Amino acid sequence: MQIEGNEAARAAERVARESYGRLVACLAARTGDVAGAEDALAEAFAAALHTWPTEGVPHNPDAWLLTVARRRQTDALRRRTTRRAGEEHLKMIADEIEAAADAPDEIPDRRLALMFACAHPAIERGMRAPLILQTILGLTAIDIAAAFLIPPATMGQRLVRAKARIKDAGIPFGIPDKELLPERLDAVLEAIYAAYTKGWAEIGDAASIALAEEAIWLGRLVVGLLPDEPEAKGMLALMLYTEARRAARRSADGAYVPLEQQDTSLWDDSQIGLAEALLKAANAAGPSGRYQIEAAIQSAHVARRTLGANTWPSIRALYDHLLALSASPVVALNRAMALAELEGPEAALAAIAPLSADKRMADYQPYWAARGHLMARAGHKAEAHEALTLASGLATDAAVRHYLRGQIAALVDG
Amino acid sequence: MRYMMLIHHDEVALANAPQRELWADYAAFNEALAKAGGGMAAGERLQPASAATTVRFGDSRTEVLDGPYADTREQLAGYFLIEVDNLDEAIAWAKRCPSSRYGSIEIRPLAESYPRPDLSLRRQDG
Repeated sequence: MQIEGNEAARAAERVARESYGRLVACLAARTGDVAGAEDALAEAFAAALHTWPTEGVPHNPDAWLLTVARRRQTDALRRRTTRRAGEEHLKMIADEIEAAADAPDEIPDRRLALMFACAHPAIERGMRAPLILQTILGLTAIDIAAAFLIPPATMGQRLVRAKARIKDAGIPFGIPDKELLPERLDAVLEAIYAAYTKGWAEIGDAASIALAEEAIWLGRLVVGLLPDEPEAKGMLALMLYTEARRAARRSADGAYVPLEQQDTSLWDDSQIGLAEALLKAANAAGPSGRYQIEAAIQSAHVARRTLGANTWPSIRALYDHLLALSASPVVALNRAMALAELEGPEAALAAIAPLSADKRMADYQPYWAARGHLMARAGHKAEAHEALTLASGLATDAAVRHYLRGQIAALVDG
Repeated sequence: MRYMMLIHHDEVALANAPQRELWADYAAFNEALAKAGGGMAAGERLQPASAATTVRFGDSRTEVLDGPYADTREQLAGYFLIEVDNLDEAIAWAKRCPSSRYGSIEIRPLAESYPRPDLSLRRQDG
């Protein structure tokens, strides 16, 4: 019952959130002042709590909130502004309030513009996801801090600074023109995906599960607002493929279960079905970007595990494609794991040999885990032992540590 | 918004640049800026950092030092002021400026005493 109650509360929150993000975006787009927009909206919500119980809930609550918040914004401006300089501005706002009152049902959706502002290159990369989570979804600094493992006070200060920067630097609220759109959209997608991977990494933690759901919600929002962008669909598909496997990632007693051993009946078919449809639509629309390729790799894994199809050749080809797009060591590692299935562990070890000179690999857990597994499969016990021990030491997840210790023990016994 | 565009040059790279081409590009850039109406009158080129003198207050007295404020590879070399709608437009001008090939351009919004005009009313951008 407790869980059902929580779910109902979350559903209600999500409906409120739809309004929250719309209203903040609408209020911020006109002044460039995100913090001011949030303050004005908070005052409008407070006024609603005061007025609605006695006077009844208005016919269009969003329009009511928007009108009250706009008045608050205007009042705040008036307090700050010298009479002459602000007069024209105040008149424009007054006109706008009237226009809004005439058409109360039409609240323009400016959330995409707000997201582009939050993910602008002039905003520090690590703050883009937190900013979007706060301004579009209304998450508190405390919730965001918990998911990003940062002290709440620090997160709060950084959010305040980032919002001040949007206003002071004159970061635009709008959809970038064609020339800039691909790179700017990429930054928005990267921020959302960063929020998702944060929510994916910590499995049992409630804040993290919620964060993954929020990221998927944002992904759906972007796909809805930019239906012609294949990469947005690709990213949403990628998140859904991954999310579909959440229940299978741990055994009943909490142990880590690698993809190969996951019980596919625990995979969420509806999420996979949606991901497949999105990926198909994305591929039909145009050239493949990073997210489409990564989603296609997940699709191939699904076909492999559920239908028994040998999709390793396509997986390797997709990783080749991905590697050509971004020469990242993470991609090289994953490609090597696919290569091991096709040509054996020695070929895979040869493929990752150049990485051993990369200083970043020294404390990169996935590198040592992959190397350890390949060494074990190739029968190099001493090297496998060393790499798996390092991987276990570097792992932040207790279940993964436990799994790797099991692998090391098997090495000694076998 | 009004932005001060601070040009920082790598003086060695600039000295090695094809001079005629560079200043022809600059003439075209200045013309484009004037035409767009965004360019404000002020914009100046500075002499090299070797001509700089720095006055600094420290230990309860002022010191006069020969040389620039900071002895770095890139030095403040000039500036121009623009008035545009937003940071993206300022970035576009910075990219167009021939100096961007020989160093960097720092974009600094001017401190304004009145709020930013409401552009959302005039522009349909989403």
